[in-house]
Amino acid sequence: MNEQALFVVQRISAAMLAPMVLVHLALILIAVEGGLSAEEILSRTRDNVGWALFYGVFVVSAAAHAPIGIRNILREWTRLGWKAIDGLAMVVCATLLVLGMSAVIAVF
Amino acid sequence: METAKSLRVRVWRGGESGYWAEYAVAARDNQTVLDVVTEIQRRHEPSLAYRFACRVGVCGSCAMTVNGQPRWTCRTHVRKVVHDGQLTIEPLRNLPRIKDLVCDLEPFIDTWQRAGAIFQGRSDRNDPPQKVDPESISRKQADAALQCINCGVCYSACDVVYWNRRYLGPAALNRVWTLLNDERHSEHQGTFNKAFSRDGCSSCHSHGNCARFCPVELSPASSIAGLKKMAFRGYKARLAHE
Repeated sequence: MNEQALFVVQRISAAMLAPMVLVHLALILIAVEGGLSAEEILSRTRDNVGWALFYGVFVVSAAAHAPIGIRNILREWTRLGWKAIDGLAMVVCATLLVLGMSAVIAVF
Repeated sequence: METAKSLRVRVWRGGESGYWAEYAVAARDNQTVLDVVTEIQRRHEPSLAYRFACRVGVCGSCAMTVNGQPRWTCRTHVRKVVHDGQLTIEPLRNLPRIKDLVCDLEPFIDTWQRAGAIFQGRSDRNDPPQKVDPESISRKQADAALQCINCGVCYSACDVVYWNRRYLGPAALNRVWTLLNDERHSEHQGTFNKAFSRDGCSSCHSHGNCARFCPVELSPASSIAGLKKMAFRGYKARLAHE
């Protein structure tokens, strides 16, 4: 993926994450009101396609957005070459995707 | 008119490694920082190296860092920057230091080459001059970004250049913006691709130091923002639209 495409992906993912983070924070506040237990969380998420889709898109957006930013940070703050930087960014992307999607699937 | 007061002037001596030398220079009512540097060289330290040419804000060769900020010393009155009677003068940041106040501009000039900031015409001397509509949006955008004289102040002010010396920097990308808005330029796509290569315009953090310190009040930050917008619209689509 060239720099232009990475730039566009990072901006679009940021635009998606901004409202999604707010929804996520609001959900945390509302969910805690009634007590926070595994049963309570699972009753909300189990078989709920809407929340699964919401958090699925959330994870994909975060997995796309964060590594591109980390790539820039590594370029500015380390002496690593582009190959190493791109490799590390891919590792971060894969880690976020696997961990995030595992969590989404686990509570669905 | 001379006053009894004097300025304490700390000046960088040496190259990458060196030391601060301090000089007492007479404070005058009308005095630029370049006047101060010249006085030090003429009366205190003949071996002091510094650059200047026009002395009136045309050439940009006297740019230095004064009290931590990049400036044209010929257009900077001492009274506007002096702090507690003290001036600190050193070479421009982000460039290799050659000697005293002189830095090597080669890395800065290189960025213009790497950014593809070179005009390629469509016609030759046998063709009639190409007509350009001065009222077109693209021409107005190009006009707003012209008048750069390559002084390196924005390059020195840029924090991204400080962090990443491979970054193309504000001046070269500003020039790219003028070329991409110039309908006479024939290498639009190639120029755009170079500007958006690694360490190109997507590395800009939009801090705006380039616009804040540009002595001719250009806004390379706005030009780079324009380049970033082009990434969304797709450069070919934009040309077709026009």
